[in-house]
Amino acid sequence: MIFLLGGLFLGWSLGANDAANVFGTAVGTRMVQFKTAALVCSVFVILGAIISGAGTTETLGKLGAINALPGAFAACVAAGLSVYIMTKFGLPVSTTQAIVGAIVGWNVYTGSSTNIKILFTILSTWILCPIIAALIAMFFFIITKQILRKSNWHLLRLDAYTRTALLLAGAFGAYSLGANNIANVMGVFVPISPFTDIHLMNVFTFSSKEQLFLLGGIAIAVGVFTYSKKVMFTVGNDLLKLSPPAAFIVVIAHSIVLFLFASQGISDFLHSINLPSIPLVPVSSSQAVVGAVIGIGILKRGKEVQWDIAGKIAIGWFLLPVIAALISLAVLFVLQNIFNQTVSF
Amino acid sequence: MFSFKTKSLFGQTKQLEKEIDQFVDILSEVGLLFKSIVLAYLNSGITDKFDEVVKQVSEMESRADKITKEVERTLYEETLIPDSRSDVLRLLEHLDEIIGMYQGNCYHFSIQKPNFPKEFQNDLIKLSETVVSCVESLCLTVRSFFRDIKSVRDHAHKVTFYEKESDKQFTSLARKIFDSELSLDQKMHLRYFVEKIDRICDQAEDIADEIQIYAIKRSI
Repeated sequence: MIFLLGGLFLGWSLGANDAANVFGTAVGTRMVQFKTAALVCSVFVILGAIISGAGTTETLGKLGAINALPGAFAACVAAGLSVYIMTKFGLPVSTTQAIVGAIVGWNVYTGSSTNIKILFTILSTWILCPIIAALIAMFFFIITKQILRKSNWHLLRLDAYTRTALLLAGAFGAYSLGANNIANVMGVFVPISPFTDIHLMNVFTFSSKEQLFLLGGIAIAVGVFTYSKKVMFTVGNDLLKLSPPAAFIVVIAHSIVLFLFASQGISDFLHSINLPSIPLVPVSSSQAVVGAVIGIGILKRGKEVQWDIAGKIAIGWFLLPVIAALISLAVLFVLQNIFNQTVSF
Repeated sequence: MFSFKTKSLFGQTKQLEKEIDQFVDILSEVGLLFKSIVLAYLNSGITDKFDEVVKQVSEMESRADKITKEVERTLYEETLIPDSRSDVLRLLEHLDEIIGMYQGNCYHFSIQKPNFPKEFQNDLIKLSETVVSCVESLCLTVRSFFRDIKSVRDHAHKVTFYEKESDKQFTSLARKIFDSELSLDQKMHLRYFVEKIDRICDQAEDIADEIQIYAIKRSI
């Protein structure tokens, strides 16, 4: 059970960092109070994790089937540490990229083969995710501009609507974050879960996977409450100064992208009408936000986008999985050779 | 908890919208009262009716001050419109200055009792009407800023037009005053009043220019 702490640490850092992607601008501009944001974020992250977290977890499991708890612990610690190091450099980071790098590191260390098809699917989403987020943001930006032009709402009425919209979008975003990213936190523990299914009056079964997701969701919620406030107040305006309606568009674009890559229902529906189904892959919340912000920036003719910061962010995206893989190798070595732990079977 | 807070937010928003509308109404009404005060003074001098109207202007000015303070308190306490709050409060402060200028001019008439010869009275009435039209256009500009941002420029354009007309009328009247046979002290006294009335238009134009900048800042 102590090895689950690695996942809980990763969950905590996901909550601390990624909650800012969902509620950062709303809280930073004081449109929504932090307490309200934290509560809504926590509840919906847990719901998303338990209800819809299975799909992305399965995909991550195919990348590398870590079959020992110490191995899973090492992957989570490596991912968490690399996220922490990059955060120290002030770069928005992706726990998804970190865990993928860490899992590949485990594969290399243990001599297990990496499923190249799955790896390429995941890598392609790192490019697709910000592009799709940008396109969705651009679409909503144009629609919202038209609505605002025609609506003649009083400035104060618009403020009230925007606050409500930010809260609802944030709830959806938190649900999508939980659904899409719980795989990063607890995915490596699913094949080797220490829990057993709980049957309640032969009516309801709380599976071991769901118990893991609940634990991971709670860890994310703790991260939100304990550390995300500072991050929320600093995120948002570095890349492009956003008005509250634009902030709403960014959150909704981010939420839709994460939901698309997590929803089994949408995937099955597309398959049923002979369209290519969207792979259920954990994608980066930060990348989605950056893509959405740049999409809006492009519609404003790119004048206000801080392209040098965008460049720094892109470099971070390439470096992070490499750093996570290297740390994973180091941690596995230490666990196996110094603490005599079995990192794989 | 969430729905109660939302209801309270929308309730508060509605109340604030009403207060801002009332403030702009006061600005408009004070202008119309000022026009009637100038007419009444030129026709009958200081009478009880004149004093009554000056008192009315003073009461409206106090109400406007109260509304400004209430709006400021609510906007800060409830952290409403965080990106436009400072612009809105600055706007209300400057509009309140115009109400103050109207009130000040009324008191100057009441205290100093300027003697406007018959040949200047029509010009003075015309100048007052231009100033009031200017401020009426400003009121429309303000309402557009809050409700119909694409019309801001249309109304602000009229404020500029009336301000230029006011400048022309002031210059023409001042020239007539100084070309007349009045003593220098009388000329200076009358010019003081005419200039004080004209300054209202200058302030209105400055505010209209500010509103156009605020409107650009409000773009999504």
